[in-house]
Amino acid sequence: MKYSGKKYVKEELLPFFWCSGCGNGIIFAALIRAMEENNLEKKDIVAVTGIGCWGKADDYLKTHAFHGTHGRAIAVATGIKLANPLLHIFALVGDGDGATIGGNHLIHAARRNIDIITIMSNNLNYGMTGGQYSGTTPFDSITSTSRRGHAEDAFDISNLVKSAGAGYVARCTIDNPRMIQRFISKAIKKERGFRFIEVINICPTYFGRYNKFNNAVEMIKDIKERTVNIKDIEREGQEDLDGKIVVGEYIDKKVEGFLERYWGKIRNNA
Amino acid sequence: MQGNIAVGEAAIISGARFFAGYPITPSSEIAEHASLNLPIAGGTFIQMEDEIGSLAAVIGASMAGVKAYTATSGPGLSLMNENIGLACMVEAPCVIVSVQRAGPSTGLATKPAQGDFYQFRYGTHGDHMIIALSPASVQECFDLTIKAFNFSERFRCPVFLALDAIIAKMYETVDIPGSDEIEILNRKIASTSDKDYLPYKPDENGVPLFVPFGSSLITRANSSGHGIDGYPCADDKNHDRLVRRLIDKIDRYKEEIALFKEFNISDVEILIISYGCSTRPALAAMKKARKKGIKAGVLQLQTLWPFPEAIVKSAVSQAKLILVPELSLGQLKSEITKYCPKKTVIGINKLGGTTIQPDDILAFLSKEIEL
Repeated sequence: MKYSGKKYVKEELLPFFWCSGCGNGIIFAALIRAMEENNLEKKDIVAVTGIGCWGKADDYLKTHAFHGTHGRAIAVATGIKLANPLLHIFALVGDGDGATIGGNHLIHAARRNIDIITIMSNNLNYGMTGGQYSGTTPFDSITSTSRRGHAEDAFDISNLVKSAGAGYVARCTIDNPRMIQRFISKAIKKERGFRFIEVINICPTYFGRYNKFNNAVEMIKDIKERTVNIKDIEREGQEDLDGKIVVGEYIDKKVEGFLERYWGKIRNNA
Repeated sequence: MQGNIAVGEAAIISGARFFAGYPITPSSEIAEHASLNLPIAGGTFIQMEDEIGSLAAVIGASMAGVKAYTATSGPGLSLMNENIGLACMVEAPCVIVSVQRAGPSTGLATKPAQGDFYQFRYGTHGDHMIIALSPASVQECFDLTIKAFNFSERFRCPVFLALDAIIAKMYETVDIPGSDEIEILNRKIASTSDKDYLPYKPDENGVPLFVPFGSSLITRANSSGHGIDGYPCADDKNHDRLVRRLIDKIDRYKEEIALFKEFNISDVEILIISYGCSTRPALAAMKKARKKGIKAGVLQLQTLWPFPEAIVKSAVSQAKLILVPELSLGQLKSEITKYCPKKTVIGINKLGGTTIQPDDILAFLSKEIEL
């Protein structure tokens, strides 16, 4: 299939404002291709963002958009979806937005299986505010606010969302755009429940420089070296996963989703 | 019925079909009522993980075209402040019921207070404007909830229903008018044939036409400084214009928004200014004073914000003394003093989660008269 993206992308605002080497453009393009692949109408799409580098993604879209407050994209998206169940809602959150300040909204939306798609660009730090540590910054990393090393462990955010009850959870990396597109496309087709796609991104400007990566290419090579596919683990048995990035579908189960339960059961009981 | 329930009934009659909230005393009956009654009306109730998420969901639902509301109390309102600014900025109509209880912090959870007067107006950061209405009876809970939804739809702004634990928990008879007797306003929607539609282009009243998510006209809500197209804009003149408009669209109609009741004002010498739960003791004190030949009167403010300064200025003009009973240390009094700096304004202030008694007011009144 040939993709143009013209239907969804506000071309006059290109190029992206993101730093050179940032993977947000790769995630954005995969999202656009997934929309096109599923032939979504732009009037049926609402992109909901919070604050952060990835939170600027809605600026480049011609769909409906809600650019809200830091960490609250998933809560805003919940209200939009419940008010108009026919819409396709994409909550576009970073690791600061989604896994840190908005972590509570994330796990509860997963538990409730609110029928939205959340795409998390996880670059392991706060890019927009200058490279401070987030809830997904690995132990011992250097960031602007962990200048002498990081004392905390990171969330394994995909496993967290899976245990919270989400119907679909997948992790992928920016060096594999086809995988990002495939997971987003599958999430669109599933229609119901909370669908979460974590994309491991890089931040050469901050995380990279602080942690002795010379450029984006080195960071992508590092990701490639550490990536393990969940299918290989299942087939070949558990290896030592310390420091590894486990990509693939963490869960893909049939769920009713909040709306089917609320409309089908609660309203019928009323 | 109970004050909180009258609010819930009026919300559904107003056309509200979405509630998101978090349980908190003394407002929880409003959430409970919504959970029971919204599904029958074809609406949706959700109990969110906190008050931040509750107001976020309310704003999201509102921008999808559904009338939405939430209910809370001071501690929850403190959390909502973040998204109150969001509602102002994206111009999401919504009603926030907040039942005042004794603070600060957890305070006295079940006891009444009027200490959030300024939080309603100034709780969120940045220059902005909101509307706050405050009922003094269960009937007014019903009537002012209808008004609150109407104002929020007309001005595309958050409207507070500033309750207190006394009025919210009180049981009284309510007359619910027939549906044809209740005026219900809905936000003005742009025509789908409007090819030049811009989400933040104001109409002649300063309010942009609304387009719900899902419309064939594409719309954007933006918490960042934005141009009339809804895309981010950090231009200084644009920001100046935007923020002034958000205030002006309400401020220029503040005389229409100013709701009040006055009692024995024509010959008033001693004026008692009240709102919410301080109104009844004020009226009782006035009656007793009148029996003694004292020319007492009451101005009950139903609109707290934008502050009805013209109403206050006119009511105080011939009064020799102004008494302001409040379950706070003088927030309303402070605002009144701004508009009549040459008058003697005395606050009758109580904390402790107790009630103001008519005799508390009379005691001040007699003391001043003897002087």
